[in-house]
Amino acid sequence: MRLVVDLNRCQGYAQCAFLAPDVFAMHGDESLLYNPEAAAEQRENVERAVAACPVGAILLELTDEDMKHVPTPDAVAGAAGSGGAR
Amino acid sequence: MTAQRSRDGALEHLKREGRIVVVGASLAGLRAAETMREKGFAGSLTMIGDEPYEPYDRPPLSKQVLLGNAVAQHTALPRRRAIDADWRLGVPATGLDMAARRVRLGNGDEVEYDRLLIATGVRARPWPNEEEGALQGVFVLRTRDDGEGLQRALAAGPRRVLVIGAGFTGSEIASACRERGFDVTVAERGSAPLVGALGGVIGEVAAEMHRENGVDLRTGVMVTRLEGDPAGRVRAAHLSDGSTIEADVVVVSLGAQRNTEWLTGSGLGAGPRGIACDAGCRAFDIRGIVTDDIYVAGDVARSPHALFGYQFLSLEHWGNAVAQADTAAHNMLSESADRRPHLWVPAFWSSQFGVNIKSVGVPPMGTELLVMQGSLTERRFVAVYGYQGRVIAAVTFDNCRWLPFYEHQIETTAPFPPPFTTVDRRPEGNKPVPADFPDPSIPSHGPTITLSGYSPADRKMTFTPARH
Repeated sequence: MRLVVDLNRCQGYAQCAFLAPDVFAMHGDESLLYNPEAAAEQRENVERAVAACPVGAILLELTDEDMKHVPTPDAVAGAAGSGGAR
Repeated sequence: MTAQRSRDGALEHLKREGRIVVVGASLAGLRAAETMREKGFAGSLTMIGDEPYEPYDRPPLSKQVLLGNAVAQHTALPRRRAIDADWRLGVPATGLDMAARRVRLGNGDEVEYDRLLIATGVRARPWPNEEEGALQGVFVLRTRDDGEGLQRALAAGPRRVLVIGAGFTGSEIASACRERGFDVTVAERGSAPLVGALGGVIGEVAAEMHRENGVDLRTGVMVTRLEGDPAGRVRAAHLSDGSTIEADVVVVSLGAQRNTEWLTGSGLGAGPRGIACDAGCRAFDIRGIVTDDIYVAGDVARSPHALFGYQFLSLEHWGNAVAQADTAAHNMLSESADRRPHLWVPAFWSSQFGVNIKSVGVPPMGTELLVMQGSLTERRFVAVYGYQGRVIAAVTFDNCRWLPFYEHQIETTAPFPPPFTTVDRRPEGNKPVPADFPDPSIPSHGPTITLSGYSPADRKMTFTPARH
């Protein structure tokens, strides 16, 4: 999956770093570092992070490969339009 | 009204079967293309980019990628939606025929347009001596390939990294290299890091951050020569103060140049300062007449801003690329009465030495500075810039949640110094100090906001063209 964080909008609440620690990490008190191309098995964690961000700063695009990974009822519904960006 | 609007049907025709060409396939070009499709553009869309890659994100290249947390090749931008475009990647645009509405490409192809969006951005300013710049181990950092090359050079474990220029990118590179344990020297022509963007007072804070983190910081010096070994690898740099620094990796971080050369002779108002456009992103031609069919967005654009005295601002900011692309795309597909101005308040971020630096407004316009919250010595503060009795900008070090508040102050042209005295203890006092920006005619790494005043009463920010 591909992701980008609007760091103008980010205010360092660190919710993403708690929910998807393998993808997002705080660097110092307030800076956020993230992996812009996270592995498919991180999908659920990253989706939680996207939902939890208080300022809505994370843009995520799921690829077809992400959709194939561990399908859950939610993901099947979301997979209708391939590459469902939000 | 509706009938009057669609009286000639031109816009409907454009939306249905027009041809839109976007030159520049990076952040601004991609976001503009997405907005066009969102707004119902069903015609043909051509994306032209000189790099062979689909749009990718550049900020990670000087941060996550150098720290080893991400890979340069894996920074492609997520898409908001499918854009169904004809991609011409790896081919630069080389010319524009405004009369024939045609873009020429480097491979000889020509692409016709009904509406053109130019988002060609900037490139890293190269080391002025071509032969020295070609030495193995000498880098600039702007593109994915640059990032990949530097990543590889750092993986080999250099003995010392020399960073030339302590702007935001240079400082971030120095920070990442120190974090990985390499010896780092930073050579800066100005009096302190970040001095062009944030002024001397904040520059001094940045200088202490460099030194405390073990950077060998040299200010007020120029690198006069890079020296290679017989195998063509860089070995040392000679400085204007007579000293020599041995380094096997040199990163040239001297700011950016605007990608406008391909427009030379086209009649469009393009030059080394960028492409002048109106507040609605429509490009000016060289006669100062606004075009109807050519739009500009992102780093290469230069547009007047009502909040900042209608000066033409060019902003090398990620957020500006996104916002201006959106406005340009909207305006390209709108009747004139429905167009919107690009009135984004400049904002940027940088992460270095574990400190989050963020800013809103136009700090280089500021003449005075007041620390409103926190303190400079703790490296945790909000500092506000004043210009002619109003708040013109604010910068935070690890204190970004206050920025929206100051953004509102800037937007409402609130008085400076701000009248509220009780928001925080103020160890540095309540009296503004000079913001201490350097004389803009002294060359340095450029600030990321370039001002070009039009009134002699304004602070003089004379543009000094680069000799190249």
